[in-house]
Amino acid sequence: MSTKYFHHALKFRKEVCIGCSHCMNVCPTQAIRIREGKAELRDNFCVDCGKCYRACPVGAIIVEQDDFREIFRYKQRVALIPSVLMGQFPDEVSLTQVSSVLLELGFTHVYEVEHGVEILREQMSQYIENNQDRKPLMSAFCPAIVRLIQVRFPTLTDNLILLKPPLDIAAQYYNQKLIDEGNEPDDIGIFYITPCAAKIAAVKSPVGEEQSPITGVINMDFIFNKVYTAVKQGFIGKKTCQLPSLDPLKSSGVTWSATNGEAVYMPGRTLAIDEINNVIEFLEQLENEENLDIDFLELRACDESCAGGILTSSNRFYTVERMRKRFAYATQKELENNYRYSAPGPIVKYKESLIESIALQKVQPRSMDKLDEDIAEAMKKMKKVHEIMDTLPYVDCGICGSPTCSSFAEDIVQGQAEIGQCIYIQKRLEASGEIDPEESMEIMQKIWGKEKFQLQEKNNDNN
Amino acid sequence: MHFEYQIEGGNFTRAGYASSEIKKKLKQLNVDLGIIKRTVVATYEAEVNVVAHAYSGTIYVDFDEEKVVIKLVDEGPGIPDIDQAMKEGFSTASSTVREMGFGAGMGLPNMKKNADDLQITSEVNKGTTVVITMFFKKEAKDL
Repeated sequence: MSTKYFHHALKFRKEVCIGCSHCMNVCPTQAIRIREGKAELRDNFCVDCGKCYRACPVGAIIVEQDDFREIFRYKQRVALIPSVLMGQFPDEVSLTQVSSVLLELGFTHVYEVEHGVEILREQMSQYIENNQDRKPLMSAFCPAIVRLIQVRFPTLTDNLILLKPPLDIAAQYYNQKLIDEGNEPDDIGIFYITPCAAKIAAVKSPVGEEQSPITGVINMDFIFNKVYTAVKQGFIGKKTCQLPSLDPLKSSGVTWSATNGEAVYMPGRTLAIDEINNVIEFLEQLENEENLDIDFLELRACDESCAGGILTSSNRFYTVERMRKRFAYATQKELENNYRYSAPGPIVKYKESLIESIALQKVQPRSMDKLDEDIAEAMKKMKKVHEIMDTLPYVDCGICGSPTCSSFAEDIVQGQAEIGQCIYIQKRLEASGEIDPEESMEIMQKIWGKEKFQLQEKNNDNN
Repeated sequence: MHFEYQIEGGNFTRAGYASSEIKKKLKQLNVDLGIIKRTVVATYEAEVNVVAHAYSGTIYVDFDEEKVVIKLVDEGPGIPDIDQAMKEGFSTASSTVREMGFGAGMGLPNMKKNADDLQITSEVNKGTTVVITMFFKKEAKDL
């Protein structure tokens, strides 16, 4: 039970947390509890979707990133930027400008992640055609969704498309290219500018891969602020970008990370679903039906997909609009048969070797719903859960420090909570004289911390 | 452990609720994933059958350490010829039901394929009783 499966990029700062339980109430996998007035994360349940990060009113949840100075440990410092990064900026800010600032910051190369789509797209279509017995096939693009499926929908792990996302393909390509240009592997550092926490977690503890080809991860908001400040202060890049970064992204790559970005290119009947609660609702239903006539499912944890990542700065709807505009421009150029846009990108030279290593290993289910490994033991616990549920109010108030009555009942059975933590039960016990007010105060303080109960006294003193 | 769920005839928007609840419990019991899948598919088919054909129904679910027995009892028109209904493609569903993606005549055969044991009894103009039994250990089926 105590095996830790995941590295989490989301960190809870105890010293800042005020124990308001907003995060606990929005967590779609019920991974948060309140104890001693602080939010506690249950690692194996968290899928790094970032809902808690948004809900926290005091900034107690942070997204751990690599120290930016890390990049200088490498001679070749590659910034891998997703299309969403360009979508953060108003029209007048150009890719060249953004790249120039990145070079000024210390990177030596800039490359757009979605060049990897040039390799992946065809492979994905073929994969779907070749695996009709496993349909609907699901994209492994969003790492929060892959983890959600492992934890909450273990019966669906077989439906995942076991192909690496564009990020890994782009990283592998750039690494190989630099090696072929005569660089030592140890001199190459590949850094991804991420719009979300899940991608960080996926780099630090990849699912379906031995090791990620990415050296480090830098948060997008950090880069956005640096670049936008430079642009606002009139910075015009002195260094010109190195050629590969100026290689234009194909239209399919521009919107790949937006909602319907993958689905429109996949064969047969497809569905694109964004926002994690929408995905959960859909997968719940999907598990019941066997003969669903859908070939491909694109599932994303964030509303408006990566444009809605928790580390983005721009309004997600603006971002999507800008991405669509860039898509339209690229499409037009491709149709005009403009050489720069319509010719295969340099990544295609490495197609064979990239395809050779494009497969992911089987994604293992690891259900977190089980009450016990042993069925007989789990059965006993389930009985207990139901006995406890019969005494609870079904209000899901969260005063007990668990998000719902049913999660509270499970916590009790697993020895992580006590029945007296329920405020309704407490009142009953007080009324019948089984516990005195002091005891019940102690119980509440254990959940919500002493401070919350002292606040009133302090205010009275001031009066 | 015993649970009961009500099914409302003709209301497809609620169809699947009981299957989802049973699925949740199987996951809690750490039952083999393949068995969960088959149980849920069989139960869902059975549930939809009641919604499609009967006026109302009740699902009785009994878990023990070795198996789960899911009994669906409905009040409805009943099945005049069970053998015929078991054939793939045989369907009495109305065109409205078919338009909703149900009633392709795969229901009973699919249930039989997925269930470890399937018993159907029916009385015309009274109702149908379907009993699905699933064993948690694969070997148990052969014993």
